[in-house]
Parts: sequence; C-alpha cells; structure tokens
Amino acid sequence: MGRYVVRRLLQVIPVVIGVTFIIFCLVFALPGDPIQALAGDKRADPNIAAILRDHYHLNEPLYQQYWHYISGVFTGDLGETYNGRAISDIVSQRFPVTLKLGLTSFAVEAVIGILAGILSALKRGKFLDNVVLVATLVLISIPVFVLGSVFQLEFGMNMKITPISGIEKGWPQSYILPAVVLASTSMAYIARLVRSSLTESIRADYVRTAIAKGLPRRRVIGLHAMRNSLIPVVTFLGFDLGALMGGAIITERVFNMPGIGGQLAQSVYLRERPVVVGLVTLLVLIYLVANLLVDLMYAVLDPRIRYE
Amino acid sequence: MTIIDPTDAIPAPRSGDAEKTGPLLEVRDLHVEFQTREGLVKAVNGVNYSVDSGETLAVLGESGSGKSVTAQAIMGILDMPPARIPQGEILFHGRDMLKMSGEERRKLRGARIAMIFQDALSSLNPVLSVGYQLGEMFRVHQGLSRKEAKVKAIELMDRVKIPAAAARVNDYPHQFSGGMRQRIMIAMALALEPDLIIADEPTTALDVTVQAQVMDLLAELQREYQMGLILITHDLGVVADVADKIAVMYAGRIVETAPVHELYKRPAHPYTRGLLDSIPRLDQKGQDLYAIKGLPPNLLKVPSGCAFNPRCEKAQDICRTELPPLVPVTERDGTELPGRASACHFWKETIHG
Amino acid sequence: MSEKTIERPTTDEAALAKEIEAEEKAAARQASLLKDGWADLRKRPMFLVTAFVIVCLLALAIAPSLFTSRSPFSDGFCQLQNSMNGPSSGHLFGFDVQGCDIYTRTVYGTRNSIVVGVVTTIATTLIGGLLGMLAGLVGGWLDALLSRITEVFSALPLIIGGLLIMSIWRTGDVWSVSFIMAILGWPQVFRIMRGEVISNKYNDYVMAARALGAGSGRIAFRHILPNTLAPVIVITTMNLGVYIAAEAALSYLGIGIQYPNISWGLMISDAQDRFLTSPHALLFPAGALSLTVLAFIMLGDVVRDAFDPKMR
Repeated sequence: MGRYVVRRLLQVIPVVIGVTFIIFCLVFALPGDPIQALAGDKRADPNIAAILRDHYHLNEPLYQQYWHYISGVFTGDLGETYNGRAISDIVSQRFPVTLKLGLTSFAVEAVIGILAGILSALKRGKFLDNVVLVATLVLISIPVFVLGSVFQLEFGMNMKITPISGIEKGWPQSYILPAVVLASTSMAYIARLVRSSLTESIRADYVRTAIAKGLPRRRVIGLHAMRNSLIPVVTFLGFDLGALMGGAIITERVFNMPGIGGQLAQSVYLRERPVVVGLVTLLVLIYLVANLLVDLMYAVLDPRIRYE
Repeated sequence: MTIIDPTDAIPAPRSGDAEKTGPLLEVRDLHVEFQTREGLVKAVNGVNYSVDSGETLAVLGESGSGKSVTAQAIMGILDMPPARIPQGEILFHGRDMLKMSGEERRKLRGARIAMIFQDALSSLNPVLSVGYQLGEMFRVHQGLSRKEAKVKAIELMDRVKIPAAAARVNDYPHQFSGGMRQRIMIAMALALEPDLIIADEPTTALDVTVQAQVMDLLAELQREYQMGLILITHDLGVVADVADKIAVMYAGRIVETAPVHELYKRPAHPYTRGLLDSIPRLDQKGQDLYAIKGLPPNLLKVPSGCAFNPRCEKAQDICRTELPPLVPVTERDGTELPGRASACHFWKETIHG
Repeated sequence: MSEKTIERPTTDEAALAKEIEAEEKAAARQASLLKDGWADLRKRPMFLVTAFVIVCLLALAIAPSLFTSRSPFSDGFCQLQNSMNGPSSGHLFGFDVQGCDIYTRTVYGTRNSIVVGVVTTIATTLIGGLLGMLAGLVGGWLDALLSRITEVFSALPLIIGGLLIMSIWRTGDVWSVSFIMAILGWPQVFRIMRGEVISNKYNDYVMAARALGAGSGRIAFRHILPNTLAPVIVITTMNLGVYIAAEAALSYLGIGIQYPNISWGLMISDAQDRFLTSPHALLFPAGALSLTVLAFIMLGDVVRDAFDPKMR
C-alpha cells in the first residue's frame, strides 16, 4: 500500500509541471501585449507601461517568467490582477461558495445516482428499471443551463419552494436547486454505471458462492456484489470532478452565485487574463488532487491494485 | 442480523442411528427446466439418487448432462426464473427442501449443506480477505463477533493445511496459489461441519500434481467428520479412489448406478463403457485411444428414445423409439447385484456379453 | 491454445498454407463481428427511430433553406419592434430580443451544432486513434512519452480548458471551436485505442501469426487493427452527442461560437435574462439542442449494445 501511494504521488509531479506549463504557454507566451490590452483603445503611457512590464516580469525570458509563475503557485500566490488585487484574495472570498455547491452536488449525484442504479439493477427489465433508464436519458440530453433555467422557473418562480437565484438564504436553501442541476448529468451516468456493473457482479461466481454460504440476500447484494460494483463508480466519480467544476462555471452563472466559476466566467468576459490563469490553475490543481485521492480510495476498495 | 441456532431448523439428529428416517439426502424424480430464448431446455429429467452420512457418491457426466444443475437444485442456488422445478422431491433428513420457505433453506445452506465450486479464483470474492470470507460463516450463522470469527477462520485454515495460517488470514484470494485457494474453498464449506458437502469438479481447475493433494484432503476430512459427499466430476480417474458409488448421467438422466469398483470392472451401459475405454492406459501403449463418437446432445432437441442412441455403437431400432427405464442389473443367473442399475435396453449384452 | 499452434511442426508447404488460412480466419472473425454488429443494429427499433431523427437533423443542417422561406442573413430579417414577441402564425417559435424569427434561427443553427459535433469527433478519433495505435504498437519510450503527454492533457477538463484557450483565442467560428475541443478531447480515444492494441498484441492468434512469420505491418493491419474497431466505433458514436452539448455550453458562456454565426447555445444565453418573463425564446433552441443530443446519445447506446457483446 505504502509503495503504491508513493508511486502514485511521484507520477503526479510531471503532470502538474506539464499542465501548468501548457497553461502558462497558452496565456503568457502568446503574441499580443497585455499592457496595451489593459489600456483598451487608448495608447498606453510608455512610462507606466514600462513600469508595469517590469512589475509583471514581461521583459524576462520565457523560462524565467514560468519560474515566477510556478514558484508563485506553490507558495499560494496565484498572481494578481492588472489593477493590483491578489488573486488568492478573490479565491478566499469566493471559494467557499463553490466548495459548498460542489460538495452538495457531489453528495446528490453519488447518493441518488447509486440508489437509482441499484434499484434499476435489482428490478432489471421491470417498470421501475425503464423509468430510471428514460430519466437518465432525459437528464443526459438536457444541457445544464437549460435545466437550470427550467428549474428556476418551476421551483423558484411558480412553486416558490426555493430562491430563484443568489445565495442570500445561505446553505442549504440557496444551494439545493443549483446543486441538483449541477449534479443532474453525472447522476444519470452514475445510475447507468451502477446498473450495468451491479448487473454484472450479481451474475459473478463469488455472488453464487455467497448465496451458497447461506448469507441473507441483503448481505449478498449489499456487501458481496456492491463492493465490487463500486470500483468503477469510484473511478467515474474521480474523472467526473473535472466535469463538475466545468459545470459549476455554468451553474453559478445561471443561478447568479458569487463563486469561483461565476468569477471565472466574468473574468473571461472582461478579458482579465491573469485572473483567468490563476483560477484555471487552481481548478486544475484541485482536479489533480481529487483524482489522486480517488486513486488512493480505489486501492482501498480493490486489493488487487494495492498489491500490484 | 438475527442469531440462528442451526440445530433448530432440522428435526433429525446429525448422525444418530436411533431415529433414522432414511438416507441423509434423497433426490426423487427431480426435473429442472430452463426457459430460454431458443425454447424450453429440459436440463434434468427425473433424477433419483441418495447419499448417506459418511458416504461418497460420485456423479459422472459430460458438461450439459445435468449433473451441476442437480447439485444447484439441491443447494437451492438456481436462478429461478429462468430455472423451474416442475416436479420432484429433495429430501434432506427426510424433509422435502423444495417445500421449505426461502428463509428456512437459507439457514440450511452453508450450515448443513455446503458446496465447493470448481474455480476458486472466481468463486471467492476478490475484494474481501479470505479470513473475512471464512469468518462470515460464523458471524452470519452463529452470531460470533468479528474477533471470534477470525480465530475460527485461522483454525479452519490450519485444518486444511494452509501454511502460516495466522499470517495469511488477512490476505486476499489473488495472493494464494490455485491449490491453496481450493483449500480455502474447502475450509469454507467445512466451517460449520455440515452433514453434506457437494463438490462440483473441485480439482478440474488445478494442476495435476495438486489435484491429488486436494482430493486426499477432501476425502480425509470427509472420513473424519462422517459427512455425506456428492462429488461431481467428468473425470473417472478422480473418482476411483474416493467414491463409494457412482451415478453416471447423460442428457439429464441417470443412465447407470453402481458401486465404484463394479462399475470399473463391468459397466452395464454402453456410455459408461465408452467413458472407461477413453481413459489412456499404459498397457495399451501404441494403440489408438478410443473416443466416443459424436457430440453431447443438444438439450433443446434431445433424441427420441434413448438419448445416447446416435452415438451408440450397439443401437437398435428400439433405442430410437423407446426410452429405456433404469432397471436393476443382475448376474446372468438372476442374482441381485446390490446398488446396480442401468438404463439400457441391452444392459445384459453390455455387462455379460 | 497458442502454444500448440506455435509448436506444431509445419514442415511442408501445404501445412503452412493451411496454417495461414486458419490465421486469416481468426482475423476475419473480427470483421464478421463488425458485420454481426451491423446486422444486429438494423434489427433494433430504437436504432431506426434515432436514425430517422438524425437523418432529419442532417437534412436541416445540409439544406436549411428547404425548411424555412426566410434567411437569417438577409437584410431586415430582424425587426426590433417584434422583440420578444411570442409565437404566432407564420412565426411558430416567436421572436428573440433583437426581433429575429426564432424558428428560422433555430433551423439555421442546426448546421453549426452538427458540424462541430462531427468535426470534433472525427478529429479526436484521428488524433487519439493514431497516437494510441502508435503508442500501443511501438511501446517502449514512445509509449511512455505519449502516455505522459496524454496525462497532462487529460488534466485539463473540457469546459475549463476550453474556457482558458478560448478566452485568449477568441475567434468564434465553427472550425476553431472544433479544433480546440479536439485538442482537449483526444486523450480519451488515445487511452481506449492504446489499451485495445496492447491487449490484442498478446492475443493468442496474434502470437500465432507472429510465430508463422507474418510481418509486423501485416500483423498490425490485418490482426490488431480490426479488433480495436468495435470499441472505437462505440466511443466515437457516444462522443457525438457529448461534443454537441459541449459546444453549446461554451457558446453559452460566450466563448464558443460568436456572432454573426448562429449557435443554439448562444441563442439560449441571449434568452436567459428574460427567461422568467418570456420563456419561449429559450425553450425552442433548448428543445432543438436537447433533441439533437438525445438522438446522438441514444445512437451511441444502441451502437454500444450491438457492438460490445460484454455490455449486453
């Protein structure tokens, strides 16, 4: 187990360096003068421009600029906006909203998705199974931003169960609707994944053994079959975090929530390049860390990986 | 989880001869069929056999002969549907298990009747330690705590001669060799000292050198605990040393029964003879090995009359039209041969001719 | 099985010819698996329904002018006095903020959605497929290098990576959106292709072909490649719907397709602010988008059921 953890940790280092380098190259190594962009249509004052260039290391060679950027990232400095505000400042203010939204959504998709999948697998071919299958197809095909708008109209406006937008009511009232919307697509995928993997493991030899041992049905399904079916689901949940964060950008916009995603969408719109880079770097690092955690969890669930 | 005392479930005593109600297990006229997309598959068509405490019955047959399906019906682990048991009785200590409730049968499974499967690697749960899977028997059936169950699990692993049992109790199935895994399966079946063990091709997946060890272990434990043993196999070589009697199955029926050594000496059914002749023998070195011609029957279209007739060298017209019943086999002078029966119109010619 | 085939002495020419024939039969088995999959597919009613919807969508994409008499690019197409007017006869879907006919714009938006979906899918399949094949066949340092590069690219989730790239290269036409999604999407196909190639490389019949002296080019194209096709076809079909939805999401965020190009995502984004008062401007393009995604997702489903026997 220990060796597996170490190996997995070592593997992540080149990926972090690679992905930050790509982000850096895409943004900073591109033609175009960000200082001029800052000034907009007017001509930038040459003196001020020179000072700014110096401040942002824009005159140094590329590798030095990358070094400034990467060493900043690892000391918690994600850079600053062109008007001098620290990006980590923005993050600490906005991150809690995204975190609450993300975790709520994660819980919703895992719980409902897994339950629906189990139900579907146990009632395979019956009415309930078909209901779940149709529901998942619908959820997968309706884009998050459409579903968000429709839910706003139905639950916020017409039925007045939840706030329409914003976070004034706090957790959970203001978060539950966006979380469900954000979770919808992944929830559907999880339900289908659980359905197919549980169906497969129910047919497995070791489940027949468990029945032959005289175990009660709940233990046969809940422990022997489920434990194996969860392995692909955990893998999916890990990969899905990336989609979840991408979705958060959209969901926060639909529901007008002041989180990282909303900020990111706004910064893209306003062309605040450093903010975009800082926030994207942060999200990508979170994604990598989460994937690492999932891999470790995978090893806990599947001893065959652990002792490889 | 409710704690169950397994002795509650069954009225008959374990091995007492005082109030003996017949054999330990008796299968009477058992039929099993499967509803498939292609049609109704009649996998078992009126099987009768019985096993006593301390006795070993070998059930012999090719794949598709219904030997495993019969065993699964006894265990109550058939998937129903698609499987169906339209008629028959399975008497365990004199009580028909087919009439018991699901819960009653569950309490018997593992505790009083246990099963050993062919492929231990796929039959053991890959993500649970062997100690957990062994201990589970005690925790579910006897309500022991996790700790007590682990002690019992180590004892069991010692019992089936797994070296360094205490150190390996937390290992997972894939960390053991094939032979060791099969020992764990045996230990699991043995855990609650059942009255009857069904071993479904327990050595087929193993190396030849390990096969004998595992078979010997099984036989030794069976003698020690005086259990009934049903040994399902397609390998006549495995059977000879271990079994007391043999039932040969073909196309869902028993075609011959006999005490083990008599069967080898004088088979009373052409199919059995064919099986025996296809065993390689040292004294026939250089000669061509005999093989039964043709393929096992398609269970969707079992040939009329005797199911073996298309492959039988001695088949006559009657074999194609009339189903031969299982009749007692006698000596030429009519002396009864105990335990012997054959389902062949020409059993006399086969055994005496 | 492989060992037997390899060890069997093949002394005379006839025997060798026989062996090669058997080996080609093994390769043909996969081809027939594809044929079986296709035969199976044609018999599924679900396939016929989705195929019909997709043919309709393709017709809309190829010749939108057949379905509406107006052109969204003509002068006077948008009349501000019609802004946000609801559906009426002659204008079945009503008008948007600019006073443009939503029906016509929805019809003309089909092409961009389909083109982005198809182009991105083809590009990811080509990039990921070729690199995956190369990594799997050659192995060694090339495999290690390509796999590391893939890991780096998969660390950029589609929407986040797209946001980053398109916030800088804001071109806003169909081709650049497809190109950027392909850059971010190929690692998935790479992984599948590489895994399939590697697992097939050690298959018994490939070993047999190698033992019989088949050249490595022959092995790659006659034995390994045909076997990787089924999973790649499945993932390709499923991706069509996913990329169409992704394009709409990027356009919705204002970084995908831009004016004057028409995109359902962009139409939905524009209609969002007034959604609570006049939902029609959002619901019609949203419906078209959902139907299209649904059709392709269902196509992916039936194709998977037909081609991937394990999933049945």
